[in-house]
Amino acid sequence: MATVDTTRGDGVPHGRRVILIWLVLSAITTPIAAFVIGPLIPPGNDSVQAMGQVFDNQVLIAFTMPITSFVLVVLGYSLIVFRQRDAAAQGVPIRGHSGIQVWWLVVTTTIVLGLAAFGTYELVKDGAGGGQGPSATFLPAHHNQAMDVQVIGQQWEFTYRYPTAGGIEVPHLYLPANTLIRLHVTSLDVIHSFWAVNLGVKADANPGTDNVAYVETRHPTKINIRCAELCGLWHGYMFDERGHVVSQPAFAAWIKQQQQIYGPVSKVLPPYATTYSPEPPLRAG
Amino acid sequence: MIGSVVGKLAGVGLGVVIAGTLIGFYIANWLLSGPPTYQPPANSAGAHITIQTVAAVGPQLSPNKDWVSYLIRKSGKWQRSTIWTVPANSLVHVTVYQFDGASGLRNAFLSHTQGLVGTAAIDGKPFAQIKPDDASHTFAIPQLGVLVPLEGVADDAKNQCGYAPCDPKTMAHNTITFTFRTGKKGKYRWQCFVPCAAGFQFGFGGPMQTIGYMDGFINVV
Repeated sequence: MATVDTTRGDGVPHGRRVILIWLVLSAITTPIAAFVIGPLIPPGNDSVQAMGQVFDNQVLIAFTMPITSFVLVVLGYSLIVFRQRDAAAQGVPIRGHSGIQVWWLVVTTTIVLGLAAFGTYELVKDGAGGGQGPSATFLPAHHNQAMDVQVIGQQWEFTYRYPTAGGIEVPHLYLPANTLIRLHVTSLDVIHSFWAVNLGVKADANPGTDNVAYVETRHPTKINIRCAELCGLWHGYMFDERGHVVSQPAFAAWIKQQQQIYGPVSKVLPPYATTYSPEPPLRAG
Repeated sequence: MIGSVVGKLAGVGLGVVIAGTLIGFYIANWLLSGPPTYQPPANSAGAHITIQTVAAVGPQLSPNKDWVSYLIRKSGKWQRSTIWTVPANSLVHVTVYQFDGASGLRNAFLSHTQGLVGTAAIDGKPFAQIKPDDASHTFAIPQLGVLVPLEGVADDAKNQCGYAPCDPKTMAHNTITFTFRTGKKGKYRWQCFVPCAAGFQFGFGGPMQTIGYMDGFINVV
């Protein structure tokens, strides 16, 4: 069996040194990345989906540490130790080594496929807060008990309908805490993207399409909503920070209040549907 | 040989600097150009804004003479300015002379007033909601929660205005009045929600995508 000479002919075990430095550096940086930096990366812990995304970030950033450390250690070690101080000297000839090449391919392929499998699993286990189109495939547990809320995009604001409350429409999103929500995201004009940042939800709002996304709320909090699809002049102002996740009794009281305020206008709304084709569709002159 | 290379490099460098400077001037001009800012008169009762909506802004006020637009009255003259400065935590009393016809709302929910102090009135009659299809425009400041649907003049109304400025004394219009409170300091956009840009796809191009016509800012200071 062929062995790799890592002494580079000078009797110094460079390979072992590099590996030792790499192991020490990885042992320091990996837990810091995973347990100190990772939890600080948004979206936070305001929904089950957001927490899942934070976990994903923790795993991924932890994974990058040994890889990044290895690259930097090899680079730094080479710059310092292998720097040729005699400008006229010839460098050590570099030859291929099939053993190292095979190991390199095996390790990198394993990392890439492993991350792909991890990412796919995380994405599909409950939809991960993303829009899944009209027929959501990756359903969270108890999805049959989810509460339906519709998100309607238009240039340039989102409004919300509650089919379980007579189909009323309101200007700000309120959700009950500790509840699984099935969001039906659509648009009346161009393509928008409904991004409830701290709830870990992002779903395209396409005209004529019911884009379903699931989110399970946790505790009372504000909801930070933005449009994430360039949609015209006021795209940058298409945000709403007046939404809230509230306790279930507070939500019931809020719904009653909204029914009083917006009851009259609800009478002229079209019946609740997953998509709308408003008339007049356009004023094209 | 070397001198030739240096000369070429210097020439290229000079060209890059000149092109960059010109591009910088163009971008700066584009960023800084826009409608003038207007500070309406204000007293202890609040600021007073008088505006009109017109179906066609006309050649006097814009190179895009057929674009729909808001105009504001400043020192007795109608001007195309949609950036207004008003005091923080104070009332703003708005009078709209609505000269344009109805286009209809895409979302009927926006046919109900929101976020006003008191009740809006059309020709002196209080209203909280209009028929969605009768909406000509809306005046909305989403970040302040303010929305007022503006009912269009009837299609068969006599003496309708062609090109702006339109004369409220002689031409068909609705007069809509309302009051809102500004809140804390900030820069808030306002807009129309009716797809009213005639001649543009979905009615949301041109004047709906250009500050100075159907959109603007409220600078609360």
